[in-house]
Amino acid sequence: MNPGINEFSSAIGAAISMIVTLDPGLVEIVLLSLRISLSAVIIASIVALPLGALIALQPFPGRRGVVVLLNALMGLPPVVVGLMVYLLLSRAGPLGPMGLLFTPTAMIIAQSIIVFPIIAALSRQAIADLHEEYDEHLRSIGCTPMQSVVTLLRDGRYRLLTGIMAGFGRAIAEVGAVLIVGGNILHSTRVMTTTIALETSKGNLALALGLGLILVVLALSVNGTALVISDAAQRRYG
Amino acid sequence: MANGAHPAEKREYPELAAANDHPLLPLVARQLRFDINGCQIIRNISFWIGSSGRTIILGPNGAGKTVLLRLCHGLIHPTGGELRWGDLSVAEARTQQAMVPQRPVLLRRSVAANVQHVLSVKRVPRKQRQDLVAAALEQAGLTSLASRPARTLSGGQQQRLAIARACVLRPAVLLLDEPTTNLDPGAVREVEEMIRTVGAAGTKILMTTHDIAQARRLASDVMFLNDRRLLEHASAAEFFSSPKDEVAARFLDGELLD
Repeated sequence: MNPGINEFSSAIGAAISMIVTLDPGLVEIVLLSLRISLSAVIIASIVALPLGALIALQPFPGRRGVVVLLNALMGLPPVVVGLMVYLLLSRAGPLGPMGLLFTPTAMIIAQSIIVFPIIAALSRQAIADLHEEYDEHLRSIGCTPMQSVVTLLRDGRYRLLTGIMAGFGRAIAEVGAVLIVGGNILHSTRVMTTTIALETSKGNLALALGLGLILVVLALSVNGTALVISDAAQRRYG
Repeated sequence: MANGAHPAEKREYPELAAANDHPLLPLVARQLRFDINGCQIIRNISFWIGSSGRTIILGPNGAGKTVLLRLCHGLIHPTGGELRWGDLSVAEARTQQAMVPQRPVLLRRSVAANVQHVLSVKRVPRKQRQDLVAAALEQAGLTSLASRPARTLSGGQQQRLAIARACVLRPAVLLLDEPTTNLDPGAVREVEEMIRTVGAAGTKILMTTHDIAQARRLASDVMFLNDRRLLEHASAAEFFSSPKDEVAARFLDGELLD
């Protein structure tokens, strides 16, 4: 048999056994990845959801431009975000004295920036669509602006959740930013994507494949769940 | 007649001016005008609605009925002229009104929650909400569907829910825009029955329709609109037996107006 194929299949075997036996090194990396990406998504959501709703509901000069910008920023390359955060946090940078470079905190900051426009843009779109539909009814029954916002957020909650999950899917899968600002330090800032990159280049395919498998399953199930949720909500509430 | 009011608009309607103590009546419009992008949608309409009961705004599609109703509810603002509900401005009067648009917006919630929402917006004390919701659904015949998502109801059920929701706090005025378009005869009967009941309980009904038969069934007075003008306003008996306006007479004869 071709030795390359042989090596590949034994790597897959090793990868699966690592997953099944919950290899401590692998688990540590997976948990750190989840902690960083979930933190980033939560932090970004706290600002992005209200901001998205505000942009959707409050007309102001230049709103169209802001919306275009926000949508464009959804495609922000993670590597560039990593570079910017690196410059901010490096010794010579404005936030250098805080000593955050090559820490999980730095990675959370970078990922927050990456997912922020995604969550803000998607929530703005969700609230704007719903507002267009509900506006006349809400005005007719005499809603205060606050009551309108509460109504829209409540009825749009499934679409907002979809936006948040899209942000998480992006965060957990990106490698450029966390590699630059985290530095891929073992037991400290090594996450799934950076490990895969490193181990592959080292030829340690078992760990890379095992993590790759977990990452694929995670990313697919997050996307799948988002789809199922919005589909179910659509069917249930119309 | 290029610029002035149509003769019908200048008439007074003493026979409709039934004395009553309705808080929002009479509804008075003077030279009401509404333009969009320089295009006239409503042309210098004047009228005086003093009676409670069911006023039907009748006319073909595109006559300006919906726009007139939306003006009356204050969802849009007139380009010119004046509109008052009793002593109140349109905006002040809206808090005592409810409107059901042609395609009612039902919230993405259960049937009961749709009614509940209005009550919470209007700050009705929690203790009273349960009973009000139950009574509204009872009236609409939707009690057994209370927990169903509102948007999964049939067209007739949705319309009845929209009316029940609008009337849960017994508004002084209910504005209805073509409430039975696209409904089958059975559903039309149910919706008309609800409208009668609401009207009988003291709510002033102001409703548009293009359906002459429906206007006959429901109207206590008729405002006939065609081509953005008010051509005639008369009691139902008078309007249907001997319309003064020639276009109205043709419309009642089943002619297709252009």
